[in-house]
Amino acid sequence: MSTADHPRTGFLALELDGDGAHPAAWRAARHAPTELLSGVRIRSTVLAAESAGFHVATFSDGPVGPAGSDIAARLDAVQRAAFAGPITRSIILVPEVDTVFTEPFHVATQLASLDYVTAGRAGWLVAASGSEGEGAAVGRSAVAGAGRAAEAAAAVEVSRRLWDSWEDDAVIRDVDSGRYLDVDKLHYADFETDPDFPGEGYSVKGPAIIPRPLQGQLPVVAPAELLADGLAVGSPDSGVDAVLVTAPSLEELGEAVAQVRSRGAVSVIAELDVVLDARGQRAKERLAQLDAQTPWPSNRSRYVGDAAGLVDFLSELLATADGVRLHPAVLDVELDELSRLVLPELRRRGVLAPSTPETTFRALLGLGQATNRYATAGH
Amino acid sequence: MSENTDIGHGFVPSGQLQLGVFFQGVNSGTVWKAPESGSQTDFESFRQLAQTAERGLFAAFFLGEGLRLREHQGRPHALDVAGRPDAQTMLAALAAVTNKIGLVATQNTTYNDPAHLAHRLASLDLISGGRAAWNVVTTDNAWTGANFRRGGYLDHADRYVHAEAFVQTAKRIWDSWEAEAISASETAATWSAPDSIRPVQHTGAHYTVDYEPRLPRTAQHRPVLFQAGDSPEGRDFAARQADVIFSAHPGLDAALIFRRDIVARTVAAGRGANEVQIMPASEFILAATPQEAREKQAWVRSLQIGPEQAIAYLEQFWGRELSGYDPDGPLPDIDPVVEETSETRGSGFHGAKARQLADQWRAEALDKGLSIRQFVSGKTSRADATFSGSYTEIADLLARYAAVGAVDGFNISPWLIPTGLDDIVNHLVPELQARGVYPTDYVGTTLREHLGLPLPQRAESSATLSHA
Ligand SMILES: Cc1cc2nc3c(=O)[nH]c(=O)nc-3n(C[C@H](O)[C@H](O)[C@H](O)COP(=O)(O)O)c2cc1C
Repeated sequence: MSTADHPRTGFLALELDGDGAHPAAWRAARHAPTELLSGVRIRSTVLAAESAGFHVATFSDGPVGPAGSDIAARLDAVQRAAFAGPITRSIILVPEVDTVFTEPFHVATQLASLDYVTAGRAGWLVAASGSEGEGAAVGRSAVAGAGRAAEAAAAVEVSRRLWDSWEDDAVIRDVDSGRYLDVDKLHYADFETDPDFPGEGYSVKGPAIIPRPLQGQLPVVAPAELLADGLAVGSPDSGVDAVLVTAPSLEELGEAVAQVRSRGAVSVIAELDVVLDARGQRAKERLAQLDAQTPWPSNRSRYVGDAAGLVDFLSELLATADGVRLHPAVLDVELDELSRLVLPELRRRGVLAPSTPETTFRALLGLGQATNRYATAGH
Repeated sequence: MSENTDIGHGFVPSGQLQLGVFFQGVNSGTVWKAPESGSQTDFESFRQLAQTAERGLFAAFFLGEGLRLREHQGRPHALDVAGRPDAQTMLAALAAVTNKIGLVATQNTTYNDPAHLAHRLASLDLISGGRAAWNVVTTDNAWTGANFRRGGYLDHADRYVHAEAFVQTAKRIWDSWEAEAISASETAATWSAPDSIRPVQHTGAHYTVDYEPRLPRTAQHRPVLFQAGDSPEGRDFAARQADVIFSAHPGLDAALIFRRDIVARTVAAGRGANEVQIMPASEFILAATPQEAREKQAWVRSLQIGPEQAIAYLEQFWGRELSGYDPDGPLPDIDPVVEETSETRGSGFHGAKARQLADQWRAEALDKGLSIRQFVSGKTSRADATFSGSYTEIADLLARYAAVGAVDGFNISPWLIPTGLDDIVNHLVPELQARGVYPTDYVGTTLREHLGLPLPQRAESSATLSHA
């Protein structure tokens, strides 16, 4: 890790949603709108991100729209990450998955399965929008504030218990005794929401229907706002492993990172919108043209400028943050510039962690082997 | 053959067969004790099986689902393979390493929400370029419900009422975008055409949906619907809603009886006699000669039902420990301690009168001179679901199925993972092709095209509220 000669290294994540983070991005994309929702598109974007040297790809989920002027469709995030799994080698694949209006048992199974199809390169970006529209889709009401955080915390706890409910060596295939499983290494999760749970309480029995994920426990990433509402940054393998931090301006981002770190988060990931000079146009002009089509509401700080300036900014930010997640204004355009001018220079400066084939998300975050909450001494 | 092959109602046999492969992941049918038995969870096992199936021009790759781990006498069942991935997550990954084969996810209507499940299935259909299908199942017991927020909320009697409203809602979600809703060029004024997406609302006895669908129609318009569930209610549900039935009637006579029944129900539901296809669950144990196939079958059976499985199987019906009995001896002489049988939970069987069943089984075993192990092996591996013989024998038999239109294909459960399809693809498929009953290439790119299914009519206008 960090020594006197080498600066501390960090990782870079890229959000691959749609045609980019700007709502008007589709107008600058290198393909027709009808070609967006396909395996071909997932393949080309995730391979471009991997070969550029990004360590992590994230996949947003939830409602998009409204329909009309801009993109109104989105493929399921777990499936996009799963599709990317077998065609990539080193990039970590992290889908966003809701916790409020989903069944925690299904979520745990899907994420454990994702860990298998990505060979241990999966993570979970916890969402808890709780919006009225998402609730109405499943016949439930909006959930806000502490209620959202409580739903998120319960869902994370359910997953963590289910992921441990098979010990690593539960599948014994013992021909002599005729046993495929060692039943002593399977455990009921017996999760129940607390009596003071703000929403409708529930219980989950277990065990999981899939063996323990390859990583043991998938790293759990959550936005800082959920922490503010009460989602816990746990000790390792409970609660949240990494926190996404936003700030209203570039100047405040470093400070926001430091603040979250002081609350004990294992890893801190800074969120950044990016618009770069490209195609012979200044970033400012490109942004103005996109904004003229549709304004870009975002709570993230935004870098607008040339590649060299971004390299400087990221070098500085990665001295305090463990990682930075970039939200490219236009995926096709920004990814070209990032790959050509930004990542190579960051690598040259030695501020990026190496990207390793056959790595795991746990390894990238510096998390050790996940201990199993149910493993008993003597096994 | 003596069977009456007339189906009636204007049904016309296609004369063709399709194959599917069912990666089971649970139950005693999968042999884990052989040296060549591979992992049940490694992606490589799934990739290898799916790619072999695609090499053999299979129409579909199936995954099952069980939302609670099987139990025996109050603890997880230890003797059979268990532990499998989420169907749609696995199929999305397989979509990246296959090109043509259909991808079928068994998904339950009772413990899912229609908007979420419809969205995920549409997503799989788009990601795979129109290769997705949903095998609709309705497992409703409260024991499974203990894993879910909603618990065991549904009466068994209501399972298909609920499922039908669910499927109708899903179809409306899949049909909610106009055909040309998305602009064909990035220079268009808007990404989607104005008023081209209709919200879907449903208010019913079991759930309420108010949803803005987030995905357009797919290359095959919407996922293909399979149905598995054999009760009269299940068959009527399939006759109204499904494209294909994953059936439990593979024997030729039984398959013909089932076909007649389904054709009658389909026509009664106002659909054409050929509109619902049938693919029974089946097992193939093949070799170059009939003699070798017989020996192979005996070997497979001995690995599927070992002494421990044989005793455990009887314990479920006797309701007591029987470990003192010799698996190679006669059936237990003591009586069951339970009134109702309780087969290993999660294996999908129903209770029966225990003492009556025990008497009947003892008489049957005595009559045929069967040991516990031989008897259980016969009970668990239904003889009519097993096609065992030489490649040419079985190809002849299957050609007969095709000629009379008993089935539209077979959904094969390999007893070995991941190499269990190799001999079928290498030896049986060419025999079937030589007999003109099996495709020599994929005819298109979507699952609907592989199966020869027409593009579906649009579901009723989403403005209409249905009540169920
Ligand atoms: C060949 C076949 C395979 C099936 N596979 C599954 C499965 O993998 N998971 C499941 O939950 N149900 C499965 N079922 C369906 C359930 O048995 C069915 O939904 C339930 O029994 C209720 O329907 P029924 O009363 O009409 O049988 C299968 C059924 C058949 C006939």
